[in-house]
Amino acid sequence: MSLAKISSLAGLGVFVSGNDIDTDRIIPARFMKCVTFDGLGEFLFHDVRKNADGTDKPHPLNEPRFNGATVLLSGANFGCGSSREHAPQAIQKYGFKAVVAEGFAEIFYGNCVTLGIPCFEAAREDIAQIAAAIEKNPAVELTLDVAKQEIRFAGQTVKAAVRPSARDALVNGRWDAIGELLEGLPAVKTTAAKLPYLAA
Amino acid sequence: MPKSLFQKVWDAHAVRSLANGQTQLLIGTHLIHEVTSPQAFGMMRDLGLKVLMPHRTFATVDHIVPTDQFAEPYRDPLAQAMMDELRKNCAQFGITFFDRATGKQGIVHIVGPEQGITQPGTTIACGDSHTSTHGAFGAIAFGIGTTQIRDVLATQTMALGKLKVRRITVNGALRPGVYAKDVILHIIRALGVNGGTGFAYEYGGEVFDRMTMEERMTVCNMSIEGGARAGYVNPDETTFAYLKGRPYSPKGAAWDAAVAGWRSTASDPGCHYDDVVTINAADIAPTVTWGINPGQAITINETVPDAAKATTVDEKSSIEEALAYMKLTPGAPIKGTKINVAFLGSCTNGRTSDFQEVAKYLKGRHVAPGVKAIAVPGSQIVALQCAQLGLDRIFRDAGFEWREAGCSMCLAMNPDKLIGDQLCASSSNRNFKGRQGSTTGRTLLMSPVMVAAAAVTGAVADAREVFDVNH
Repeated sequence: MSLAKISSLAGLGVFVSGNDIDTDRIIPARFMKCVTFDGLGEFLFHDVRKNADGTDKPHPLNEPRFNGATVLLSGANFGCGSSREHAPQAIQKYGFKAVVAEGFAEIFYGNCVTLGIPCFEAAREDIAQIAAAIEKNPAVELTLDVAKQEIRFAGQTVKAAVRPSARDALVNGRWDAIGELLEGLPAVKTTAAKLPYLAA
Repeated sequence: MPKSLFQKVWDAHAVRSLANGQTQLLIGTHLIHEVTSPQAFGMMRDLGLKVLMPHRTFATVDHIVPTDQFAEPYRDPLAQAMMDELRKNCAQFGITFFDRATGKQGIVHIVGPEQGITQPGTTIACGDSHTSTHGAFGAIAFGIGTTQIRDVLATQTMALGKLKVRRITVNGALRPGVYAKDVILHIIRALGVNGGTGFAYEYGGEVFDRMTMEERMTVCNMSIEGGARAGYVNPDETTFAYLKGRPYSPKGAAWDAAVAGWRSTASDPGCHYDDVVTINAADIAPTVTWGINPGQAITINETVPDAAKATTVDEKSSIEEALAYMKLTPGAPIKGTKINVAFLGSCTNGRTSDFQEVAKYLKGRHVAPGVKAIAVPGSQIVALQCAQLGLDRIFRDAGFEWREAGCSMCLAMNPDKLIGDQLCASSSNRNFKGRQGSTTGRTLLMSPVMVAAAAVTGAVADAREVFDVNH
């Protein structure tokens, strides 16, 4: 299986403010009544974007000037809560290719990497600077460099960390681990044979 | 060198190092349910993969099942489709499915322990963040995403970076009317909802030594609400006594060998912890959440926080956001807040002992007028045990609806949902915006006995006063 090597990507950004944005908010549970991930993108942040009658609430993703954004920026502890991969799937299917936040919840971060979505951890002031630049001019292009762990925009450069294992996996095109895990099957059997509870 | 349980279990299950520095970790037990597995089976089919260890994979159905309807087809065709899909996948891949007809169906984190599938010194994964529950047995249990479910189905392993270990010791004795739920809400409040990021929590000390397995499960269950991907308690005689004689527990000579093995997996005295936190049990009081994450909690005699008194910008904005949603008055006592719904159940507090404890106080009392109260056993076996103890009758007599097993109103993927901005006193684990199925619904997390006190008085109340608790 050949996977894209994601060492750098460029695109427009949109800032969704707030800390502790949980996976229920990213994709409310009722949209998980499905047996495929198809179509989840349209329900991204549904309940904070839509009123009960289907009309729009004020939300950055409802603003036409941010149409075409492929980089999602937010606050601290992004993606906390459930393990639902439906959350990063919805983010990806909406069209986002990367997420930048002050910090991420553990399971969410891993789920993103497995889908080839780089997660960048940046300082609040730096995210605020990027957000201000986007606010001023939504057409400002962000370059997110996984290898160099930095974000370049409007002539500025800020630090943005990508965890070492994720960085390696993205840059070298092995973010979906299945190939490597399958290669390890002989070793899996050896390890399993030493554990009494795994006897068939 | 002395090792922690986490270290021992990790070492025993580490298959090899992967190119990116993560470990290929063997997952001895894989639990699956209908919500997060269908896409994983789809990926298996697309890649032409087989389930490596079907005998180590166990399925149940919990999130979508209606708790007021046993017969199929379900009223919701999407729920029925998910049920059908799980049945089909289990049949095709040779996986044991605790379907409703077996009498063993229930919330995945209740089924595993009651079947004796959850055992000390093992690794467990499930596509559900509350998989940390199984750590109560001294297992290392991870909530995983759907692509990882595929990985575990196909290889019985997943790629994972090693966690650090934080020892949380709670010494002394809990005061009367203070429960396991209060312990974990207190811990999350103290350490923050992201305080556990990168850590496994090892819970210990006198309070945990004395806890029943069901109480330990309540605490471990909510580890993820504190950001910790796993949480565990070292196995001891309480653990072994719970497991003895369960369907999947070892039998005969294998039992003695297993117990010896389990005993040796406990953390060694003097082992290294990356962090240590000590809490005095006497400082823990009945705790209630007031906000939109489980760390936004206060004790029953405190007042709702006031953004004007916040000491940081972050605190101010989080209080403002939470109170705008919760419609609670800053500075007002939480006690006396009128409720509309009382929910007893979930993988956090849906076990027999939870209903038993509540029934002790509910007998002879009645749910307040205008309050909708539902009690949902976490599994069919819990329901059966409760019926044998006559508890269902006590709940019904008190005005509770007594339901079939399932996740119910914890996350509202089934017909049990809040309506409008109803305020729910809930024994579940998450108070996120919209969590209980209404986009404006409001959740106050608390212990089951506190839920009962709210149900009978119609408002958030101190169960110690309402019930004269002195256990």
